[in-house]
Amino acid sequence: MWSFGALLGNPGFFSSGPVQTALIVGACAALVSAVIGVFSVWRGNAFAGHALADVSSAGGAVSFLLGISPLLGFLGMAWIAAFSMEFLGIRIGRERDLTTGIVLGAGLGLSALFLYLDVTTTSTTGAAVSVMFGSLFAIPQSLITPALAASGSVFLLVGLFYRPMMLAAVDPDLAAVRGVSLRWVGLLQLLALGLAVAVCALAIGAVLATALLIGPAGAAIRLSRRPGQAILWAMVIGLTAVWGGIWMAYASYYWFSGNAWPVSFFVVALVFLFYLAAVLFAKVAGLAAHPKPVTWPHCET
Amino acid sequence: MQDPILSVAHLSVDLGGRGILRDVSFDLHPGQLCALIGENGAGKTTLLRSLLGLTPHRAGQVWIEGVPVGQRRILVGYVPQKIVFDVDVPLRTRDLVQLGLDGHRLGLPLFSSGKKTMVDQALQMVGAEAFADQRVGELSGGQQQRAVIAHALVRQPRLLILDEPLANLDFRSANALVALLGTLARTQRIAMLVTAHDMNPLLPVMDRLIYLVGGQVATGSVEEVVQSEVLSKLYGYPVTVLRHGQRVLVLPDAAVEPSGVIAAGQVSSPEKAN
Ligand SMILES: Nc1ncnc2c1ncn2[C@@H]1O[C@H](COP(=O)(O)OP(=O)(O)OP(=O)(O)O)[C@@H](O)[C@H]1O
Ligand SMILES: [Mg+2]
Repeated sequence: MWSFGALLGNPGFFSSGPVQTALIVGACAALVSAVIGVFSVWRGNAFAGHALADVSSAGGAVSFLLGISPLLGFLGMAWIAAFSMEFLGIRIGRERDLTTGIVLGAGLGLSALFLYLDVTTTSTTGAAVSVMFGSLFAIPQSLITPALAASGSVFLLVGLFYRPMMLAAVDPDLAAVRGVSLRWVGLLQLLALGLAVAVCALAIGAVLATALLIGPAGAAIRLSRRPGQAILWAMVIGLTAVWGGIWMAYASYYWFSGNAWPVSFFVVALVFLFYLAAVLFAKVAGLAAHPKPVTWPHCET
Repeated sequence: MQDPILSVAHLSVDLGGRGILRDVSFDLHPGQLCALIGENGAGKTTLLRSLLGLTPHRAGQVWIEGVPVGQRRILVGYVPQKIVFDVDVPLRTRDLVQLGLDGHRLGLPLFSSGKKTMVDQALQMVGAEAFADQRVGELSGGQQQRAVIAHALVRQPRLLILDEPLANLDFRSANALVALLGTLARTQRIAMLVTAHDMNPLLPVMDRLIYLVGGQVATGSVEEVVQSEVLSKLYGYPVTVLRHGQRVLVLPDAAVEPSGVIAAGQVSSPEKAN
């Protein structure tokens, strides 16, 4: 183990406890967000996902006040926000953006209050940074099991309702005619989205969770023609970005003579690079596949 | 005669506080191919959607195979008037058709050669093999329409409800689809309800017409309704029915000055040039 880390220029990487926790929780976040992200991007719900993640920061802040697990805090707030958005009325694109924006604003306001209370009434330092921007290396080992459980639930939900969710994403009417209950699918999707947001917020922070939720999925959608393929690509991209980011953050301790840069920065930067690469690749591949000369049926030479 | 596959009794539907359908009643029997006509905004789409339980009705009842709609899902194939597919959605034509087969099932899709055969057959029926592996969002409007028709057909429904299935199709595809519908109605006894502004392509295969006007319906056989006087009266626009041997052609009468016939706001184009 030790020698492998050293081989990669990171002595002690794999034997470090915080690194192991970071690798596991980070992997959970990457895999879960790949599954949920593809459906969110597909349905044009990227903004709603982003808003949920931001609003979940209020829950993260509350968890410091109450001394409960931050994962529970993020999850509780994400679910509350998800259901408020659902019940405040959605459906139409513009109206949905409006509702989402309003819930987002209210949630961030709460977050400002709770973070203020965190700093003034408890002795937590750095709560704001870790809630908003995450700190993978600071996650206690005790959170590994809850993170795994939350991710497992997402996989279970999506695995079970994979096809109805897909059909509903293609067209709600077609799904309804096939006997799919749109209400149930919508509900389960919200539950799964909340779980995914909570795991991502825990890993790279509430504000940056979006990057993981929609970045790899956005890139993957450009690279695939099939839903399953898109999810796999999103997993590969997300996992590479998260693990690569952890590795780089660890190494940056040596690069910047003892001042390691935050993991979240590296993860998000890698996600962005992958997204750019995917867009460029799709452009180039699309151009190459295109032109075919057209002739009138009777004018062919 | 067999029991009707679709039975509509005293159906009334309101949308946005406005009565769209009033006291609509008709039956559809297995193997019947019925055209639903009426001008833009007459309520054709609304009627089809309420038959499927997608739009709630205020009064009346709809039975499909003797079961009230909404109680149990019966095999019905539905092709909506319009579906928008985003270009970047990772879904091939083949995947869309497969969702018509097992999209309501729980669990992950496992490969099955039986399913693949059914999907391939449905693709072949509508002539979609050539773009089976392309993304649906990248197809042309008519190709998308054929993909959705394959989606509706793949489970071999007993009732097919098609909203403007010919609207985007070229001559060849339209005629091929009409021939396919005729065959399915005759050989597999599938009942079909089809809306169309241009009824000409459908004339060889359809056996009944439902005309929707002012929220109410009039029904009749093709022989009864496809007459110059009847159609002109129904559309409120001069229409000529030409007969040439076996072929029948319905033509809007361009020679007549239309301004006196059509009241403002009622302009309809029952006969779009194909
Ligand atoms: N959601 C809605 N709320 C209120 N009114 C509606 C709604 N949807 C449709 N309508 C109205 O119901 C009437 C019937 O619409 P419908 O779509 O059924 O017409 P149609 O016969 O299918 O027309 P077309 O030939 O253009 O497809 C129209 O006057 C329309 O304005
Ligand atoms: Mg319509």
